[in-house]
Amino acid sequence: MNHVIEMLNIRKEFPGVVANDNITLQVREGEIHAILGENGAGKSTLMSILFGLYHADEGVIKVRGKEVHIKDPNDANDLGIGMVHQHFQLVHNFTVTENIILGKEGGFVLKRKEASKRIAELSARYGLNINPDMIIEDITVGMQQRVEILKMLYRDADILIFDEPTAVLTPQEIDELMQIMRNLIKEGKSVILITHKLAEIKAVADRCTIIRRGKFIDVVDVASTGVNQMAAMMVGRPVSFKVEKKPAHIGRVILDIHDLTVLNSKKLPAVKELNLNVRSGEIVGIAGVDGNGQSELIEAITGLRPIVSGLVSLDGNDITNAPIRTRNEIGLGHIPEDRQRRGLVLTSAVYNNIAIKEYYHTPFSNHGLLNISYLQEYAQRVIEQFDVRSGEGIFSHAGKLSGGNQQKLIVGREIVANPQLLIAVQPTRGLDVGAIEYIHSQLVAHRDKGHAVLLVSFELDEIFNLSDRIAVMHSGKIMDVVLPNETDEAAVGLMMTGIATGGTAND
Amino acid sequence: MINRRRKVRQEGNTFLMAVSAVVLGLVAGALLMALIGSNPFSGFYYLFRGGLMNIERVGNTMATATTLMLVGLSVAFAFKTGLFNIGASGQMLIGGLCATIVAHKVFLPRPLFLIVLIASGLIGGAIWGVIPGLLKARFNVHEVVATIMMNWIAYWSVYYFVPAYLKGPSLETESASILVTQSLRAPWLTKLFHGSYMNLGFFIAIACVILVKFILDKTTLGFGLKAVGFNRYCAEYAGIRVNRNVIISMMIAGALAGLAGLSFYTGYSRNMQIGVLPAQGFDGIAVALLGASNPLGVFFSALFFGVLQSGKGFMNAMTAVPPEIADTIIATIIYFTATSVLFGRMWDSIFKRFKKNPKEEQ
Repeated sequence: MNHVIEMLNIRKEFPGVVANDNITLQVREGEIHAILGENGAGKSTLMSILFGLYHADEGVIKVRGKEVHIKDPNDANDLGIGMVHQHFQLVHNFTVTENIILGKEGGFVLKRKEASKRIAELSARYGLNINPDMIIEDITVGMQQRVEILKMLYRDADILIFDEPTAVLTPQEIDELMQIMRNLIKEGKSVILITHKLAEIKAVADRCTIIRRGKFIDVVDVASTGVNQMAAMMVGRPVSFKVEKKPAHIGRVILDIHDLTVLNSKKLPAVKELNLNVRSGEIVGIAGVDGNGQSELIEAITGLRPIVSGLVSLDGNDITNAPIRTRNEIGLGHIPEDRQRRGLVLTSAVYNNIAIKEYYHTPFSNHGLLNISYLQEYAQRVIEQFDVRSGEGIFSHAGKLSGGNQQKLIVGREIVANPQLLIAVQPTRGLDVGAIEYIHSQLVAHRDKGHAVLLVSFELDEIFNLSDRIAVMHSGKIMDVVLPNETDEAAVGLMMTGIATGGTAND
Repeated sequence: MINRRRKVRQEGNTFLMAVSAVVLGLVAGALLMALIGSNPFSGFYYLFRGGLMNIERVGNTMATATTLMLVGLSVAFAFKTGLFNIGASGQMLIGGLCATIVAHKVFLPRPLFLIVLIASGLIGGAIWGVIPGLLKARFNVHEVVATIMMNWIAYWSVYYFVPAYLKGPSLETESASILVTQSLRAPWLTKLFHGSYMNLGFFIAIACVILVKFILDKTTLGFGLKAVGFNRYCAEYAGIRVNRNVIISMMIAGALAGLAGLSFYTGYSRNMQIGVLPAQGFDGIAVALLGASNPLGVFFSALFFGVLQSGKGFMNAMTAVPPEIADTIIATIIYFTATSVLFGRMWDSIFKRFKKNPKEEQ
């Protein structure tokens, strides 16, 4: 069988890190070839080299058997290589057609009609279901991704690279994307799928190249390889998908929310007279569709958003209007939803980020003077304990870390502070199985120490795996609080859409 | 496990970036001189000779640099908290006005008098800086708008106050000269530098360089200020009071610019002219940029700009090169500093090429 892409013995080095170390990738014509690896394993670097965004320090790239030098993305386009980036590159107030022909306008006069017709044809042929005249900001994220696919097809790409394409999609959109990939293969295209989600590989890929810490591990036939085996190769050790959990030892109420009302940024009520409590020794999971007031609820508890009415108390202290630092001192830990905006100072060193909540008191500082050597030793302990990997250890800027390592840094910082209430919002979004497993085990360990954990997640799997009680949130209210072993995902899913069912576990 | 080598190299790179910008700025100046038909070598010769040729001129250069250094620190300090203090001119004027009033009206034993004099400049500038800080924290008024307004309020206040209360015997447009004994001039310094403008302000500036570096690197105050400057959302999340830090930062920046006014109006010169918004307030932005907002960087870049500023007159007197060439060089250096990221990359790749074994770093 012919190889449409061959990347042989690729090496790429960044200051302090070898991102790709002698990696070989061979993609056959007409297959879906997955590249599996943890965050920071070097998948994106490898694809950026193929797409001409980076240049390999060593190694050879062959396209359809011919050795090529890809200097920039234009070269890659000319070779028929197209890429759907993780972050879409669309002009929001342009139509689908305008976005697709951008850069390929062809001549002085726009032939919008012709282009639009061709896009409609392509859309029909590959089952993309896109109206070329829609404005980008009016269509869903899933449709925007299909516009990106159309962009490549319009440019006659026949090797399509998908970089973590499902990270932003709903479960239904993921199924649709899988079908689209199959259609693409049927029409003679080749697909490279970069992901760390095993289920997707199992569902759609033919073969899979596994890389770990920048090194080539193996290339396997997906049909004959088990999920556990692939996960073990990716992480370098056996992985368990079930969270090991002892029965909960539930104690006193740590977080008590009474008739809480909070406004969103548009000054409309996002949380409406909500009641909820979390007790020591338990994990309470908030299940719900994104945008039903979860973010506002968490911001109100953590002090980032003012409370209109109601009461919030933490371990018996009224914190309704308390400053954030007071809440932290009483014992509030927060793994925020947006790790880069809220959770980290990206342009500052790792050790400063680890100390950012604690720097002002002893032993981090004394009478206003920082104890920098203590700061650094403390940070060193945290990154060793939580296996945060970075090019220059605690001196790396937080922004230079991979997403998974950034998250481990935040989780480490929050857990080491040993808060009575740990709030974890989407703690494993965008992470690979190894990191997910680790963070889950840390959350459970925190609960087993007798602390309270409040988990917000849009992944029902995660909610069911971790929670001792599940609070289902819809439209700013808790629909119901249920026990995970007395219900199932279908019932909770139904409540998430606002349809109430029986069964109450709130005291 | 914890090693500092990398940090040293990063700082070394910043230094090389600044030097590259200076060299390219000078080359551009040379090209300009050649273009207008002058000999660049003699132009530069007299430019640097003008700043450094004898003890007296060195003293004048240092006195010029004193003011630039303090304004540069002011701008750099605000930068670190993510604020752009374009109001150093106004803060200088008010600091200078307060100091001039003290110099005229307060008579105390010399050591005590100096403390009161310094405090007056510092407090005047701090008040002028803290107002935009409060406006920003309380009403979210952008500090660039507020500080520019404050510049003009200061300008017209001086316009009114000086003729009304501090007028000299003959001139309507400037204050009476203050006595040498009521200024920052010191007889031993004047003698040491052969009668130059050199004054005690230089030591104030050095003390401020050390103090600002200490605050930024070693104190919890500096940690909080920098956190707010780098990412105010994360600072807020971590429990740092963002608004309070904005106010403190503007107050300290204002105090530093106030001291610059003190050094200029009661040290370098001994009177205040009305109708002049001091250009040093804006030159200080250049000093801070070239110094990468680092106190030590500000120290060296202020000295360098001091040489250019005090040498340009001499260059003009001795050659046909107009003094504006020196200003052009400064402007060009700023352009090159602004694009310094490119130099950073250049030096990085040069280092890489010369590094014998790339695996050594691991």
